[in-house]
Amino acid sequence: MEFSEHIKTANVEDVELRQPLHPPSRGTLCITGHHLLFSDREEGSSRQVLLLLRNIDAIEKSVENLLGYTSFFSHAGHSERTSGSSGTITIKCKDLRVLQLDIPGMEQCLNIAHSIETLSCLDNVSEMYPFFYRPTDLNPQSHRGLSAMETYYGQTKELHERWRLSSVNRAYSVCPSYPPAVIVPNSTDDDVLKRVAKFRQGGRFPVLCYYHRKNGMVIMRSSQPLTGANRKRCKEDELLLQAVIDGSDKGYIIDTRSSQQVQQARITGGGFESKSFYDRWKRLHRQMEKGKALQESLIKLVEACSDESHNMDRWLSKLENSKWLSHVQTALSTAGLLAECVERDGHSALVHGSEGTDCSLLISTLAQLIMDPCCRTLEGFLGLLEREWVEAGHPFQQRCAHSAYSHARLQQESPVFLLLLDCVWQLWRQFPLALGFSEALLLRLATEVYASDYGTFLCNSDQERSALGVKENTYCLFRALLRPTERDIYLNPLYEPTELAIWPSVHPQSLQLWKGFFLRWTQQTRHLEEVQEEIRNMVIEWGKLALS
Amino acid sequence: MEHIRLPKVENVRLLDRVSPRRSRVGTLYLTATHSIFVENEGGERNETWVLHSLVCSVEKQAATASGCPLHIRCKNFQLLNFNIPRESECQDVHLSLQRLSQPERYEELYCFSYKPNIDEEERRQEWAFMDLRADYSRVGLPNSLWKLSSVNQQYKVSDTYPADLFVPESATPPVIVGSSKFRSRGRFPALSYYSKENHAAICRSSQPLSGFSARCLEDEQMLEAILRSNPRSDFMYVVDTRPKLNAIANRAAGKGYENEDNYSNIKFQFMGIENIHVMRNSHQKMLEVCELRSPSMSDFLEGLENSGWLKHIKAVLDAGIFIAKAIAEEGVSVLVHCSDGWDRTAQVCSVASVLLDPYYRTLRGLMVLIEKDWISFGHKFSHRCNHLVGDPKEVSPIIDQFLECLWQLMEQFPCAFEYNERFLITIHSHIYSCQFGNFIGNSQRERIEKGVCEKTHSLWSYLWTNRADYTNPLYRPDHSQTQGLLRPSTAPYCFKFWRGLYNRFDRGMHPRQSVEDYLRAIQEETQQLEEQLTSHKQKITQLEQEQGWNATTFDKSPTVWALGNDLALANTPQDYTGGFFASSPHSPKAPAGGLILLPLDSKQAADSSFSTSSDQESGIADLSCRSPLSEDSTRDPDSDEAAYSAA
Repeated sequence: MEFSEHIKTANVEDVELRQPLHPPSRGTLCITGHHLLFSDREEGSSRQVLLLLRNIDAIEKSVENLLGYTSFFSHAGHSERTSGSSGTITIKCKDLRVLQLDIPGMEQCLNIAHSIETLSCLDNVSEMYPFFYRPTDLNPQSHRGLSAMETYYGQTKELHERWRLSSVNRAYSVCPSYPPAVIVPNSTDDDVLKRVAKFRQGGRFPVLCYYHRKNGMVIMRSSQPLTGANRKRCKEDELLLQAVIDGSDKGYIIDTRSSQQVQQARITGGGFESKSFYDRWKRLHRQMEKGKALQESLIKLVEACSDESHNMDRWLSKLENSKWLSHVQTALSTAGLLAECVERDGHSALVHGSEGTDCSLLISTLAQLIMDPCCRTLEGFLGLLEREWVEAGHPFQQRCAHSAYSHARLQQESPVFLLLLDCVWQLWRQFPLALGFSEALLLRLATEVYASDYGTFLCNSDQERSALGVKENTYCLFRALLRPTERDIYLNPLYEPTELAIWPSVHPQSLQLWKGFFLRWTQQTRHLEEVQEEIRNMVIEWGKLALS
Repeated sequence: MEHIRLPKVENVRLLDRVSPRRSRVGTLYLTATHSIFVENEGGERNETWVLHSLVCSVEKQAATASGCPLHIRCKNFQLLNFNIPRESECQDVHLSLQRLSQPERYEELYCFSYKPNIDEEERRQEWAFMDLRADYSRVGLPNSLWKLSSVNQQYKVSDTYPADLFVPESATPPVIVGSSKFRSRGRFPALSYYSKENHAAICRSSQPLSGFSARCLEDEQMLEAILRSNPRSDFMYVVDTRPKLNAIANRAAGKGYENEDNYSNIKFQFMGIENIHVMRNSHQKMLEVCELRSPSMSDFLEGLENSGWLKHIKAVLDAGIFIAKAIAEEGVSVLVHCSDGWDRTAQVCSVASVLLDPYYRTLRGLMVLIEKDWISFGHKFSHRCNHLVGDPKEVSPIIDQFLECLWQLMEQFPCAFEYNERFLITIHSHIYSCQFGNFIGNSQRERIEKGVCEKTHSLWSYLWTNRADYTNPLYRPDHSQTQGLLRPSTAPYCFKFWRGLYNRFDRGMHPRQSVEDYLRAIQEETQQLEEQLTSHKQKITQLEQEQGWNATTFDKSPTVWALGNDLALANTPQDYTGGFFASSPHSPKAPAGGLILLPLDSKQAADSSFSTSSDQESGIADLSCRSPLSEDSTRDPDSDEAAYSAA
């Protein structure tokens, strides 16, 4: 398919752009297969706005057809419109920016709008921009190195005695959403794993995702067992979990559904690990919202943030009603619970919900940040995301197809990853010295996950990425972020490594709206960014002197 | 001392607020000024001091098998839940505390017995520190437009006004006196803020006694004089900070507001700030939300909304912005009043001053501003803060709201203020503590009668001496944010709940690491290094010395310091309870009795981290019942109690 067939008007002159934090400007608008490009025509300025079409969540258009009508915003001194008609396109982006374009000529306006509508939601992955993006200062990912899971196994020598790297899933035949290499108990052979996979939804059998060096305990994750209505058992599954706790007296299963929900899940073939067959495992239920409910929560919150009524009661009630902060609270406290099981109670834990591709990853990631100093550095955190989200099979393409503004019918969208970033931001607020990366990193990730030049967040699983040659044909975001030119922006100048666990407070008073993201395009947030800049300068100044 | 029925009770339990099953056992001592709880358990002596003048309410509950509960709620938002073994003892403590916390006479207030080790000459110097006339001359007053009037020297015109007042040059004593007779409590229009740049001024007064149709020529002349003192403007605003309905209701009582037709060239404007009773109720509801034991996010947000508190804060700030813009952008003078002109008027004038003049965003400037717009203009501190036993309907958190407006502004403009949150909180505490004489009484006249300057100490010089603790390391007087008029946003999402004040004693809720403290350490060290670098350049030849210097600075680096801070606080597990962990550890909520926030001593910090790390090995007990860690944590020697003796 050629992009050009969707582009009837590629260039429009004399377009006025209005965007937050900038005065309106007039210039030329171009549309290409992947971008919207606006170049400022004013003398002496060469400002350009380059917007990835994929970043556009929704557009609204309105056309005026009055003869001699001039836009209300047009400045004196500009020539009258030649055509009697004009139109305005409002572009709402997935990074929550809202832009407006006043385009002379109704037909041109409609053409542009049509191109945006079509090109912004192409769903053929291999036509997406990452396959065309060629940065000059990065090498492509051509050489296939170790996966993040393999690297983790390699780095964690303590694991080797009781755990092995299994390649049972090398052809993605056992679990399509797992990577080829996973960590399992030594005593469990690949045949057992294959049978366990048949007993777990989507084949996601329990695998190790974290080893706690201080006490040798581990976090496992999986999907729900397919016990069904008649309480089916799987001997191999029971043995595998038994092997996980080995000498220890018990383990914890954190189920991200309520005990009522898991009973209901049995009707549709799902279920839970019953006490009678897994007698050493203690189940804890924590109901976490996901899927549609979470997406709707995001939509409501973003709507509340753009309410301009200046009414305090309305704001607080909308904020409450969105439930977003409640989800943040639940996620952090469930992660705290998991970390407590492992770090303070000294037992291993298994996390799952139903599919094991959303909340389970959220919880295991947060718990690792709480407990493990290694994943609080910039490299460590990116490695964690690679391992626990990209390789672990979070379906990014489905979850991030649309964001809060889209009018499209909700399908598989759900901002689980965004919720993770918000929770990490809360951790950073509470422990401003303990994380090695900055808020800028979280904001960058929140943008990239929805629309990116890089291939990192494409597709829904490792299998899909390998089928499309994503690694061979696109560039890796995480490596780009670590380039010397970018790295500094994403480091926390105040970072002071600590070996201790960082237990977040989950009191409502301790959790705040993530203004940096949700109110990113306001003047207030700009002030706060300036403060971060001041802090960086202070530390640099001090560093210089201390060295001299 | 005659009010102390029982000087000492043993085996008292101090319960943790968030998880009452955790408690500390100790002895409770009652003294004339403080109640002191001394913990018996553990090797070290851990004390919690409660100043009686800060006690807001004492509540005794029905005795249970384990003893008799006594709840103490303080004006600085500290909550203490004691359990006293015998009911008769509890009764005695209850009655004693009730009496001790509600003095009947001024002479009983703490400031009259507070005697730090300072000689009389120094004490006198403390009061000389604050000089309001100097602030007026800072802006060039008196000048050809405004003069210092001696009309109220003996407080004869208005007994709630200060003796020194600035009025328009053309306002003659008969006009002033005439106008004062037409205003509630004689509070005639007087200068509050003057802009050197454009001559626009903020004046303040009480409401006119206009009723439905009354007029007063002198009052009209007075406003005319104010208008003429701003030569470049042909009209002025009259801002009534009340809701229109309230102002209309006042007309029936012979009071009311200015009729635009009777005054030449005024533009009249209502602001809609609610009265002290609404504010008191709202405050009460908001505090109830803070005190919820483990609220869900929805409980909290709903409660906050229902309290209306942030709505009121926004209303005060909105009014301040309106006035500040009139002065700075339009160059138009403003007369502000409410009913009596000592609550809402004080709030709005001082908020506008902070927005207008960067000086009021400095440490010294804020002290001057509070002295001027609040203390000297007769904000009724003793009534509003309930210093003496009195009418509960007079109590209202009006100055609290002003301090909160400042905090909200500081959150929006972190580089614009020389002072920090701790400064605001300290001022707040001392407004209520009665430790210093500044806020005693309801007017300047009362303070003179009570001999406050002769008998007590001044907070301002205390704060100034300790200013290092109250300085914001991010203050940048030359930053673009900081220049001239501050333009805050009043979108509702810009207003936050002030956890640092209202949940001040719930340590588990606060960030476990402080960016500010870290930056202060860096700043101090940067300064040191700079100085040393300069001196080194002078002595560049002496190489040995240079090496010695390198070694010492390394020791003091903030790295070492911050790590200590981190260790102490990072490892406190939180409340992640659900069904299973219902009885599991809660965050430590060591109530601290001190008034002044003190940074942690790094040595103590290291101690507490020791106990926590040893605890990690014995986590099992923790799931079954209570956390051993949490008990350790409550024993954290990080409390602020020592502050009082230090102060």
